[in-house]
Amino acid sequence: MTELQQHQHHIKLADESLQKQTTTLNLGPTHPATHGVFQNILEIDGERVMEATPTIGYIHRAFEKIAERRPYYQVTPLTDRLNYCSSPINNMGWHMTIEKLLGVKTPKRVDYLRVIIMELSRIADHLVCNSVIGVDTGALTVFTYVFQQREAIYEIFEEVCGSRLTTNIGRVGGFERNFSAVSFTKLHAFMETFPKVLKEFENLLDRNRIFMDRCVGAGPISAERALSYGFTGPNLRATGVDYDVRVAQPYCSYEDFDFKIPVGSAGDVYDRYLVRNGEMWQSYSIIKQAIEKIEKIEKEFPEQKDVFYAKEADRFHLPPKEDVYTKMEALIYHFKMVMGEIDAPAGEVYHAVEGGNGELGFYLVSDGGRTPYRLHFRRPCFIYYQAYPEMIKGGLLSDAIIALSSLNVIAGELDA
Amino acid sequence: MALTNEIIQQRLTEKFGDQLTEWAMPYGMLTFTAAASLNLKVMQFLFDDEQLRFRFLTDLTGVHYPDRKGEELSVVYHLHNMQDNVRLRMKIYVPVAKPDVFTATKLYAGANWMERETFDFYGINFVGHPNLIRILNVDEMDYFPMRKEYTLEDPQRTDKDDEMFGR
Repeated sequence: MTELQQHQHHIKLADESLQKQTTTLNLGPTHPATHGVFQNILEIDGERVMEATPTIGYIHRAFEKIAERRPYYQVTPLTDRLNYCSSPINNMGWHMTIEKLLGVKTPKRVDYLRVIIMELSRIADHLVCNSVIGVDTGALTVFTYVFQQREAIYEIFEEVCGSRLTTNIGRVGGFERNFSAVSFTKLHAFMETFPKVLKEFENLLDRNRIFMDRCVGAGPISAERALSYGFTGPNLRATGVDYDVRVAQPYCSYEDFDFKIPVGSAGDVYDRYLVRNGEMWQSYSIIKQAIEKIEKIEKEFPEQKDVFYAKEADRFHLPPKEDVYTKMEALIYHFKMVMGEIDAPAGEVYHAVEGGNGELGFYLVSDGGRTPYRLHFRRPCFIYYQAYPEMIKGGLLSDAIIALSSLNVIAGELDA
Repeated sequence: MALTNEIIQQRLTEKFGDQLTEWAMPYGMLTFTAAASLNLKVMQFLFDDEQLRFRFLTDLTGVHYPDRKGEELSVVYHLHNMQDNVRLRMKIYVPVAKPDVFTATKLYAGANWMERETFDFYGINFVGHPNLIRILNVDEMDYFPMRKEYTLEDPQRTDKDDEMFGR
């Protein structure tokens, strides 16, 4: 017997681990199938999950604390990094929170431009989530195929604000600059191709025998439990509750649009998939309506073409660069803004937007200074991820994987 | 008849009288402060009452007000009545020396992690919580980082002149 073998022979296992009937499996924190930093310590009996203990906080970056020292406009890049699959929604949710605090009413054209950007990012978000369910069930084709459309959306973002993933798009009161002609060209090109791609995507998965066998009945949750757990967004709607912030508490002129809320019934992976697909069609129709509305405004009031932010919020809006270089006033305002010397009124605001995966809320307490006194993000992921152990208990390990991807848990939002 | 903030306030005042104070309506959301020992009773009443039906816990978080002596820590609940589409905000205040608050986990399953997060950052002790341990920070941490005494920048720093800009 070699020395190594002798050594191994003397390893003593704890009694409970020898008598235990289940296996402990560490799923994550870095695992190719978890799409992010998630750790679950599973107790499995063969292929069945008996117990799951999630550990979170691996990428906690203390955003709420950092926000307490930052001027309002510097908080926007923090919100980018919450749900980074749909950062424009986070950015605009934050801007609308400040606008609510300031009492600023944005012009209709700004609202519609915002709606276009928000719905585009919702499509990008849902495309990732749904195609990843495909990947986890063994269908890589759909993922690579729809990523071209996501790319097209990111190109529009790039044209509007200069960046793609963590966008920092828009300013308090509107946008940093007007949409260029190219961004509209790109938007129209996207509107042209997207329905065909989505149709094909649905053809590949919706009634696919293998896909359905894997997804129907996997990781279910009832409407009652979902409400108790604080579910919102597509995950709640998949259980049959038609709660959507865009309809319940319309913001950004969503009341002007005509759209439906797709709902499911079983609350399983398949229903979540269908709800997200339905929402992409609705988002597409909302963008279409928004483009028409903007065209109508520009036709009736040609001077509105240059409106891209609310004049009331100009204390928060950087003046154009050519003015900064040539005019005293503009230079002073620019300086004050960049140094963060703009105070906001004291107050307490809760503002919610329909994010990519649920109700994204901003609870802001201002004491009248230049930074938030307290800012809390109501992060939908964080709240509904705690239901995960309950959803996968008793199911197969492979169901646990697709349940995680269908919940659309984004690590950045989970850990803030 | 639509459920208005006035009706909610009236119903709550009938039931709890002057135990509920600081009624306000910032930006349209009914806000009030309840006695710390009453938080669960008020929430249960809001949940069970057939007219009020506040059965969805939107958000639960903490705020630290070091200047409110004897009641430095606040817990803020955002509740939602989905049928009538009304929100309200309830606050309670507890002393930082003894921050004991009854847990809402029996009422809302979702309160579990939200309370763990609030404990993690403010050290609020949720009495009756099934598993009150740190959630986002490391287990070894021995302070509560969101409290105001922990400034983000080193207060000893002298190389930065804050007299003119910033604070």
